[in-house]
Formats: sequence, structure tokens, C-alpha cells
Amino acid sequence: MPQYFNPFIIPFCIGVVLLFVFCFIKWFKWFRQFNRLQRAVLRKNILSWKFIPAIWEIIMEVLFHRKVFKHKLVLGYMHASIALGWFLLIVVGAIEATTAIEGRHPLWVPIFFRYFGKELPQFKGEMFFTHLMDLLLCFVLSGIGIAMIKRIYTRVVGMKKVTKHVIFDKFVMISLWLIFPLRLIAESVTANRYHNGGFLTETLGEVISFVFPKVSSDTFWYFETTWWLFYSLALGIFFTSMPFSRYMHIFTEPFLIFLRKLGLQEDTTPTGFTKFELSACSRCGICIDNCPLHKELKLPDVQSVYLLREMRYKRLKAEVANNCLMCDRCVAECPVGLELTRIRRQMRYKDELDTQGNYQYVESVQPFNAIGRVAYYSGCMSHLTPGIINAMKNIFEVAGQKYWHIDADKTICCGRPLLQQGFEQQAKELRRKNTALIRESNANLLVTSCPICYQSFKKEYKLNIPVIHHTEYIEKCIKNKKISITKQDLKVAYHDPCELGRGCGVYKAPRNVLKNAVKLISVSNEKEKSFCCGFNLGNTALECDAQKKIRDAALQNLLKKKPDLIATACPMCKKAFMQATDFQVKDVAELINDNIVKFDETI
Amino acid sequence: MIDFGFQINQGRTINLDIDRAPFKQLEKTVGSFKRCIRCGTCTATCSAAQFTDFNIRKIHTKFSAGMYEELAENIKPCMLCGKCTLVCPRGINLRSLIINIRKILKENNL
Repeated sequence: MPQYFNPFIIPFCIGVVLLFVFCFIKWFKWFRQFNRLQRAVLRKNILSWKFIPAIWEIIMEVLFHRKVFKHKLVLGYMHASIALGWFLLIVVGAIEATTAIEGRHPLWVPIFFRYFGKELPQFKGEMFFTHLMDLLLCFVLSGIGIAMIKRIYTRVVGMKKVTKHVIFDKFVMISLWLIFPLRLIAESVTANRYHNGGFLTETLGEVISFVFPKVSSDTFWYFETTWWLFYSLALGIFFTSMPFSRYMHIFTEPFLIFLRKLGLQEDTTPTGFTKFELSACSRCGICIDNCPLHKELKLPDVQSVYLLREMRYKRLKAEVANNCLMCDRCVAECPVGLELTRIRRQMRYKDELDTQGNYQYVESVQPFNAIGRVAYYSGCMSHLTPGIINAMKNIFEVAGQKYWHIDADKTICCGRPLLQQGFEQQAKELRRKNTALIRESNANLLVTSCPICYQSFKKEYKLNIPVIHHTEYIEKCIKNKKISITKQDLKVAYHDPCELGRGCGVYKAPRNVLKNAVKLISVSNEKEKSFCCGFNLGNTALECDAQKKIRDAALQNLLKKKPDLIATACPMCKKAFMQATDFQVKDVAELINDNIVKFDETI
Repeated sequence: MIDFGFQINQGRTINLDIDRAPFKQLEKTVGSFKRCIRCGTCTATCSAAQFTDFNIRKIHTKFSAGMYEELAENIKPCMLCGKCTLVCPRGINLRSLIINIRKILKENNL
């Protein structure tokens, strides 16, 4: 028998070979499924400077789990201790083996070094390595311990609900859990006989020899080999099943970060990039706790983690894809940074219902010559809250700004509601008409009152003029001293609309504006953590009663600090809250309009 | 003949044996649609109705009565903007209703 061989390594070796074979097949398949645009972006950027930040991000996320740590400290520790701990075990083990053995040695030796290295002569730094390896093993075991407790008592990592895993995932998870305790026992058994263990294995070795005192020298070989075989088996099982379980995220996330940093994005239909995203989901379940559908309605199985899982195993039901507010709360929290709502939209993509010429009637809207004017698009919803439109008109007038109200009497939808339900082709038709209208008008700026339209114009349209939300416009006016405002002694809580906040990242403008007019108080869940008002157009599956429950939760959160008034920047949110209470709810524009100083005499 | 101010109607047939399957199908997905009181608020606020004779109330009534002629064509102008859903006094999920009527008509080749 060669020097560094023992039959017990066979399961491990088979596992590693299969792991890489399966992974390479998967990666190859996914790369083949990239569409032409994605390939072009990849070719363009692959040799640019962009891969330097990509590598930095990979180190920060894959090894140190910065985002998980930011989310919950204990959860971050749990994940880092297993991932980083294991990574260090492999790296330090490899260094140890190279230091100890002169010349070449098979690749499996570092993994089973306590066994193969037990009769080697003393080498420099042996004590240091032995104790360090024990410490690292301790680190990993602590993480495994937390993971086990988490399955029973989720609060230990600060989570209310964890993912319900499929049986296969549970099986793989148990094989992962077993790897390290088995390694510990195997090393301890060897350490007790050959005294090559550190503080942990040596001590446990003593305990084992106390429990099994009758293991004689003849039977010891079998006793020892059995434990090492168990360890190798656990490794082999884990590696073989890893590509088909949630643990594929380990070998997908680095690629995903890299591809993302090179500029790849989700498209309207699933591509190879989607496959990367699906497998990069570790099913941690952070999205569940934050989902309003879980928090208020206790709806199971519709959250992003389940969507991605069902997609990956090709058994997605339309009900799961449709039941989502598209509020982006999960996107803001996802530690992997997956484009969850974009993926969901792909699943809603309706090809068979696409019919051309539905919207021929929009052609009847005539273009307007608006040179030197601001184009004002109030949006469908603002027509239900005319207060916002009137306020904006007045602000334009006081600021001395000529404007063109695009949808004054005939409203063409911006197309986003259709888009969110997967009617991509129809949305395109509406976009084409609106784009033509705005381009032909020669207006120099587009101001929208509705965050839904704002996001649509900003992200889906290709306009030649800047697009801003009315809060940003008012902020500009105040800055340029076009309007002046008196301050009122009112305590105001501001509600961040999903589409404006998480959708477009506009958090500062409405707050800056409000600070000029009233006393702004902060609420507990704000900015990217803000609650959805429940009436988001992304959902068609929820009935009114369910929407109301979500809205009430958002309202309660706003009322906690006892404000005098609730301000928001979305006609939809305003309407939703107004229906619920007699409490005063106002749009930012209306509040400013109330406090605006009119200089009729001066002009 | 003396004119009493009213007259006897000509005999006509009203088909009560309509195919209820599409109706039942809709009931399963959008249960709230049965709450409709035909008030017409949805139609009054509709953006598409400003341009065309698109009329949700009519479509809804026709669908419920099993009159599917031209319905698939009539329902097309909707832009799904959601104003109707927001104003509905009975809390009917009208956007879902439209999508599902479209889908059911398609599935049943109506």
C-alpha cells in the first residue's frame, strides 16, 4: 500500500470528483443560456478594471459575509463560522501538510492530515499548527451548534421564521452538520494514541479512551479507521449532493457577484443569469420575516425564497408568482442581493395573451408644443387625489414656471402596472406613445407626481430629458429660492412609498422638503425598511380585506410616535391611508402648498 | 282597440341554460366579484373609457350573464392602471377580474 493511502479516503475522493463534474456541467449550461445582450456586456467588460471591485466584493461577501452580519450579528457569526472556518481549515491544513511533508503528497492528505501525518517526524511550528487547527475546528463547531439550535429555536439568530426546507435539503444539511463532529472524534481517537492533537482533540481523546478502555492495539486500527471512514463518508455525501441542494450557493455566489459587477442584469425572460441567481439563493429565509404577506397575513410559500426554490426545481405555480406586492422589501434585505422582483416578473411574463393593437386609441392624444416648459405627468392615481394636482399647479405658478400638464383630461397609463403583471408587449405600446408625446413636445424636464410613473419613466423609458419626482422638484425650487415656505408647528411622520424609496432611492428629497415646512419626526421602520401600504399595483392576487390588514400595520407603525399628520409622496399610499382613518394624510406637495408664501405683489 | 297605455310583449326566448363553467372558474379565482352592486364607479373613473367605449360594468354584467359575444375584443383596451380597484365601494379586485376574464375567455375559446 502506498504511503499516503487508506481505503477510507475513497468516499471523499468520489465526492470531490462528482462535485466538480456536476458543477462544471451546470456552469457550462448556464453560460450557454446567456442571451446576446448579456454576452456582449460580458465580452466588453471581462478585461476591464471592473473585475477588481468584483474580487473585493467576493472576498467581503463570500468569506466575511458582510451583509449577513449587517442584518443580524448572530446569524452572521453562524454563517461566517461555518464558511470562513471551513475555508481556513482547508487553507491552514494545506499549509501545515506542505510544511510537514517534504516533496509531493496527494491532495487528500491535508484533509486527513491527523491520520496520515501521525508518524511523521517533528517539524517547525507543529505545535502552532496543531492548536490553530483545533481552534478553527472549535470555531466551525460553534457555528454548527447555533445552526442546530436555530432549527428548533429560531430567535437565537434573531429570526422569527426560517425556511421550510424540502426533505433533500434537510438530508444534505444533516450530512454537513455531521462532517465536523465526526472529524473531531476521528482526530481525537488518533490523537489519544499518537499524541499529535491540540487542546481540543487531545482532551476529547482522553475522554474516548475512558469510555472505550478495551480497545487493544490489534483492534485499534479498525476502531480508528471506522471513525475516519465516517468522516470521509459525510464529506462524500455532502459533496455529491451539494450541486442539487441549496448548498449550490457556495459555488454560485462568487460567480454571480463577478457577473453582476461586470454589468449583467436580469432580462424580461429567464436567461442563464437567472439560473445563476436561482442557485445563488441559500434559502436563508431572511426574506420571509420581512415580507408583508407573511408578517400580516401569515401566507406561507409565496415569499421569494419559495419562488426561487420552486423555479429551480421547475414546479412553480402561477399562484406563487402572482401573490406578491412587489414592494421590494425582500430585495432590500437579501444578503445575496438577488433581483427577486425582476425574477418574479419574468415568471408573470404573458406571452400567449399578447395581442397587438389593443391601445390604438391612445393615438388620439395630440402632441403639444411645450418648448421651455416643464412637462407635468400627474399619473392615473393622482386623478383620484386631485388635491395633489392642484397643489402642484399652484407651486408651478408661484415658482413662475410654465408647465404642460400631459394627462390633464385624457390619461395614458405609464405602462408599469401592465409590466408588473407580465404584459411586456402591451406596456411597450403605451411607453412608445408617451415617449413620442414627450419628445415631440420639446419640454425640458419631466415632473411626475406618482412614484409608479416616476420609476417607469426613469427605468423603462429612454427619454432625452431628465425625470424627477415632484418632491425633488420642490426641493430644487426651495434651493433656488423660487418659492419660500413658512414653517408650521406640526409633528409629521413621513411614509416612504415603496416605488419612490426602495424603487428609486429617493429618501432625502421629501424629507428635506418637509423639514422646511413642518417638524419631521422619524418613525421606527423607515427608508428601505418602510412598510408597504398594501395597495401596491404589483399584486392582483390579494383581496381587499388582506390589503387592508397590511395597510393597517403600516398605519400603526406611522402612528406610534403620535404625529399630528401623516405625509407621503404617493397618491396611492395617500388614498390607502385616507380610507382607513380620519387622521389627516397629506401629500408632500399639498403640505408645501399650504405653507407657501405667495408674493403676488412682488411679481 | 282601446289604448290602455301598455301592450303585450312579443314572445321571446331567454336562455337560462347558459354555460356556467367560465363563471364558476372566475368565482374560484376572484371570489369578490360577486359582491358587485353594478354601481358603475369603476366605469366612471376608468382611464380607458375616456378614449373608447370600454365599459367594465358592462363587461362584468355580460360575463356574469353568460353573454360572451365580442367580450374578448371588448376587454382589450384596459391598461390595468388600477383606478377602478381603488375606488370600488365593494372592494372588488377589479384588476384581477380583468386579467382572469381575459384568461378564462382565452382558455374557453370564447
